[in-house]
Amino acid sequence: MIRRLGILFAALFWASSAPAVEEKVIAGLSQTHVAITTDFSGSEIFIYGAIKRDAPVPKTWPLDVIVAVTGPVQPVIVRKKSRQFGIWVNDVGVQVDAAPSFYAVATTGPFRDVISHTDDLIHKVGLDQIVRLIGSPQDLQYPEEYREAAIRLRKDAGLYVELPGTVKVTDQTLFETRVRLPANLVEGDYRARIFLLREKSVIDVFESSIEVRKVGLERWIYTMAQEQSALYGLLSILVALSAGWMASTFFRLVFR
Amino acid sequence: MNIYLPIAEISVNAFLLLGLGGGVGLLSGLFGVGGGFLMTPLLILIGIPPAVAVATEANQIVASSFSGVLAHWRRRTVDFKMGLVLLAGGLCGSAVGVQIFSLLRAIGQVELLVSLCYVVFLGIVGALMFIESVNALRRTKTGRKAPRRHHHWSHGLPFKMRFRASNLYISAIPPFLVGALVGVLAAIMGVGGGFIMVPAMIYLLGMATTVVVGTSLFQIMFVTGATTLMHAIMNQTVDAILAVLLLVGGVVGAQIGVRLGPKLKAEQLRVLLALLVLLVCAKLGWDLVRTPSELFTIGGGGGH
Repeated sequence: MIRRLGILFAALFWASSAPAVEEKVIAGLSQTHVAITTDFSGSEIFIYGAIKRDAPVPKTWPLDVIVAVTGPVQPVIVRKKSRQFGIWVNDVGVQVDAAPSFYAVATTGPFRDVISHTDDLIHKVGLDQIVRLIGSPQDLQYPEEYREAAIRLRKDAGLYVELPGTVKVTDQTLFETRVRLPANLVEGDYRARIFLLREKSVIDVFESSIEVRKVGLERWIYTMAQEQSALYGLLSILVALSAGWMASTFFRLVFR
Repeated sequence: MNIYLPIAEISVNAFLLLGLGGGVGLLSGLFGVGGGFLMTPLLILIGIPPAVAVATEANQIVASSFSGVLAHWRRRTVDFKMGLVLLAGGLCGSAVGVQIFSLLRAIGQVELLVSLCYVVFLGIVGALMFIESVNALRRTKTGRKAPRRHHHWSHGLPFKMRFRASNLYISAIPPFLVGALVGVLAAIMGVGGGFIMVPAMIYLLGMATTVVVGTSLFQIMFVTGATTLMHAIMNQTVDAILAVLLLVGGVVGAQIGVRLGPKLKAEQLRVLLALLVLLVCAKLGWDLVRTPSELFTIGGGGGH
């Protein structure tokens, strides 16, 4: 009886802000290495995990989970066209300093119902926090426009995806989701972050990384093009010449 | 069947690329054009980054033009002397063109320059070719011979050379300049330049039409080879897998084109080419003027 009361108190205490029940998130990924082979057509990563706690499940607010997968971050230049002398011309453009090559965010429910604005700012979870202008140019009237365009263009290309309601939570303990990596993937170290939330605030974060690498022929070609570019160029020409010669000879012998 | 391209870093359908290569190769063999003026915009359209499209297309043109040159060589329709003069100009021109290209890439105006070049040159060349070939068609119908000009405008220039295969005795300066202009355009537009060189050889230099195609292919092969090497070394943008797929289709198409060529009438062939050139020109011109559905474009910031 006393024990039960204690739990009740604990739950009440937790509900009144400070978490009494320590909850930790532990997660696993179906693969931590993605090999880009010649026939690579995208890859699906299954992310699953459990919530570890040292006390029974608090019965207050149901917990939420956000899974975010981020690709290598590179600056990009976004340009806007305007009509000059009757034709559409690019302007100088704005550098969007932080723009990952890929970003997927899967949540248990609608994004804004799951995480508060403050926590989104702190942990940089939403697309608006992920794609940022650092030193925004002074002479432009609406630099925001460029940042939003970067997000929109990458969303259209399937590189930025928001997946609300795709994380399934079972008994407030187990969760799972799937994130599809598209075929037009850039190699690098991808970061998977799993956020555990209660009452729209983050209570624990788990991080893991996914190595995306070209392998085999892809690796060989890429490395050679970067490191022995002169030889690579000569080989390319040689391949082209021999293909031209083979076709010519073949046709001459076959269709005389 | 999708194939991941290691340099372009995207996955593309292999049969689409083979088909594109084949279709463009056919035109290459038929008209003596590299086909780059069609292929480069098409590659960009299917999502290949423009820098990779331009460099890889140059590599593909090496294959299709070599295949074409061999076929013409056997039929003795290559003027090697003229080809070498054009080539000397072409190499100078492409070195200049690559510089202009990198400069404009830095300020984000490459796309515009390329489109403008296409519209202007395709427009002029297409219109001239169309008028000329329609007139020629009319003459053959009425049975009148084309008036032969004995005094070409370039006869007053120094460095006269005899080009036996082309049936010409002219100064080396005009062909050198034609080669140089084509070289500049080749580097900027990612094309071989045949669509400008072929009409220039016929109308500007007055070469015998039988050797025009073979000689043009001869020059294109070397200029695109040099361009491929420059792009590979400076920008690492030649995609070997993309190139192989394109050139397998390309060389086969070129061979068919070369065999198909003599079976068609030269004037009709030129009307066809003129129409094709004007069509591409109209499409690109329309894209420049029309209000785009998306005003913004995204490009790499640092490397790549």
